[in-house]
Amino acid sequence: MPNGTTTIDSKELVAGPGEEKGTLTGWIQDLVYTVDHKKLGFLYIGTGLFFLVLAGVMALLIRAQLAFPDGRVVTAEVFDSLFTMHGTVMIFWVAMPIVFGMANYLVPLMIGARDMAFPRLNAFSFWLTFFGGCLLFFSYVGAPGLYGAGGAPDAAWFAIAPLTSRAFSQGPSVDYWSLSLLVTGIGSVTGAINIMVTIFCYRCKGLTLDRLPLFVWMTMVTMFLVILFLPPLSAAQIMLTLQRYLGAKFFDTQAGGSAILWQHFFWIFGHPEVYILVLPAFGVISEVVPVFSRKPIFGYPMMVAASVLIGFISAGVWAHHMFTVGLNSFGQTFFAISTLAIAVPTGIKIFNWLATMYGGKIRLEVPMLFCIGFLFQFLIAGLTGVMLGVAPFDWQLNDSYFVIAHFHYVIVGGILFAVFAFFYFWYPKAFGRMLDKRLGLLHFWFFTIGFHLTFDPQHFAGILGMPRRIYTYHPGRGWEIWNLLSTIGAFVQGIGIAFFVINLFWSARKGKIAGDDPWDAWTLEWVTTSPPPDYNYDKIPTVTSRRPLWDLKHPEDPDWKFE
Amino acid sequence: MNAELTATAETEWKLPSPRVVGMICVIMTESALFAIFVVAYLFYIGKSVSGPYPHEVLELPILGTVLLLSSSGTIVVAEQMLEKGRQAGFNLWWFITFALGFGFLIYTGVEWNKLIHLGLTINSNLFGSTYYSLVGLHASHVVVGLILISLILVMNLTGRIRHFHHEHIMMISWYWHFVDAVWIVVFTVVYVISAKS
Repeated sequence: MPNGTTTIDSKELVAGPGEEKGTLTGWIQDLVYTVDHKKLGFLYIGTGLFFLVLAGVMALLIRAQLAFPDGRVVTAEVFDSLFTMHGTVMIFWVAMPIVFGMANYLVPLMIGARDMAFPRLNAFSFWLTFFGGCLLFFSYVGAPGLYGAGGAPDAAWFAIAPLTSRAFSQGPSVDYWSLSLLVTGIGSVTGAINIMVTIFCYRCKGLTLDRLPLFVWMTMVTMFLVILFLPPLSAAQIMLTLQRYLGAKFFDTQAGGSAILWQHFFWIFGHPEVYILVLPAFGVISEVVPVFSRKPIFGYPMMVAASVLIGFISAGVWAHHMFTVGLNSFGQTFFAISTLAIAVPTGIKIFNWLATMYGGKIRLEVPMLFCIGFLFQFLIAGLTGVMLGVAPFDWQLNDSYFVIAHFHYVIVGGILFAVFAFFYFWYPKAFGRMLDKRLGLLHFWFFTIGFHLTFDPQHFAGILGMPRRIYTYHPGRGWEIWNLLSTIGAFVQGIGIAFFVINLFWSARKGKIAGDDPWDAWTLEWVTTSPPPDYNYDKIPTVTSRRPLWDLKHPEDPDWKFE
Repeated sequence: MNAELTATAETEWKLPSPRVVGMICVIMTESALFAIFVVAYLFYIGKSVSGPYPHEVLELPILGTVLLLSSSGTIVVAEQMLEKGRQAGFNLWWFITFALGFGFLIYTGVEWNKLIHLGLTINSNLFGSTYYSLVGLHASHVVVGLILISLILVMNLTGRIRHFHHEHIMMISWYWHFVDAVWIVVFTVVYVISAKS
């Protein structure tokens, strides 16, 4: 017996987190107590992936319902709550946590810092985000349980006024929507302030702003947008809650209030939100493409300028979501022009990535494949965006499946592809093992084919007049084939995601050992070990150019000679 | 590897203070929050379909404004006292700041009490909704400021504030100036621009 006790004791001493079944509680405790930016990055991304699966299942249910005319998979009420929850969850609890997770994990490593500026605030931000998501999902059990009416929120992801007023949305489902978003919004703003301060105040020696990795630059612009444009959403939700509980008249048309004002407030947040999500994706592409083209990024200053310009212009485009609500002709013209103008800095970026690849020794590893997919799909997404930015065109197709196809091209074909590139590129750094290439290729091809099968036909369904948010349709309008293809594609994407999830777990145990710098990359995070120690760097490095690792590997031909 | 990186050291490396950058970000995000309530107020001027209307019930809050704006001056005096190491002077002027802010809060409470007796509540009309939400949001920021100020007051009485806490104190002072600046906007929008409607 004494022997046995000794063994257990020594095991407890040497066992790393999660290595043994017996240490599961210790592992959970570690995650709950942690203020380390890397673990919080995992928690953010893990939360994002968890909700991605939930909201993805909702998407599959939506597609199953719409696969055939007069579908009967779910009822109209359930369908309403499905698309509301799918949209809300995908934006606020999938995309946002992943954006914050990427920034949390990478920013301190890339700028040579040991942690975020305010580690405890960082944990606070994460747990607000997490519990906000729990609060939203609690509406499934809590909402009918308390009032006998309602259920999950069902007023669309931008909570159309006056549908959200007490008369039309009885029960507390809308309140769950607004309160959970308010909680998460506070988490996002505090998180953004934290990242902003980290970037400005904790850069290692020599890392001036014109040497910052582009991912960090674009994260900075993103966090600036979060700081300025999440509060409008919070303000609108405070107004909505005051209206529902204290009888305030903000969006009450009978008392002279304006339902249009709600849309303005929502989209003042809503459109910059698109850039909040896409700028970190641009950052990932700007880091991955040069490494796999074996060339430094083309036009670094233009990339930075374009990002900042996108940040500024994004503040003045929101009403292009509202061309059909009856803006005056000045409003229509202004927002049409600003919407077309924002395509210019975005186009600059596309050209810069292409110019980076041009003449380079391209290595077609899995992260690069996702980047190339991103380039094609984001280009198409941008082109349909420009089409919808032309107001008369938008009058024809607003609230049709063409719009659905457009923004899924942005969010899935663009942002999600960049997120996958992020996983395949930085997973070796985080876990010390490579993601399996064969599973990665299966993931890439299933997901890409599934993506195109799902969303390409929706353009046609939209042009043929299929409106969004309908729970079913009659045969004979030419929509059947497009909807069927779309549904098949959704399930093919599901298979791709399954390969991805299997890969994540399998490679953590069995993947090839990565080493410190498996891709022969140039940014600072590849200097330290994989996975990095708790303190990231035992000696804080010094930087003399935009590619510190290039200088280190090629002392005879360092970058700083040419900058 | 790290050693080689650190070998090429540069001479000077100065970064901004995290407190300052953080507070600038907080002020930016708060400004955005207030902006929406101000826009809602401006948008709904003259759109209420029933009374009471602003010209019937609103009076210029001269006393409250004087109290709040002068507190911005006293907090600067307190800051300078601390920088010079004059602890007692700091304590006095810090307390005066607190008293002035608290006076403003009481003034707002009295004003609201009067308005409610005149029949203006948050659900009476658009004016009531936008007025109470905007002024109330500002008042809640005054409350937060007062909590911060009283916290420093207590910590100073127990001797835990020293001159090297100057930057901490300056951040609270910045926040307080921000609350004052918002009041100037609220005053202009609510009590001047909408007064005749």
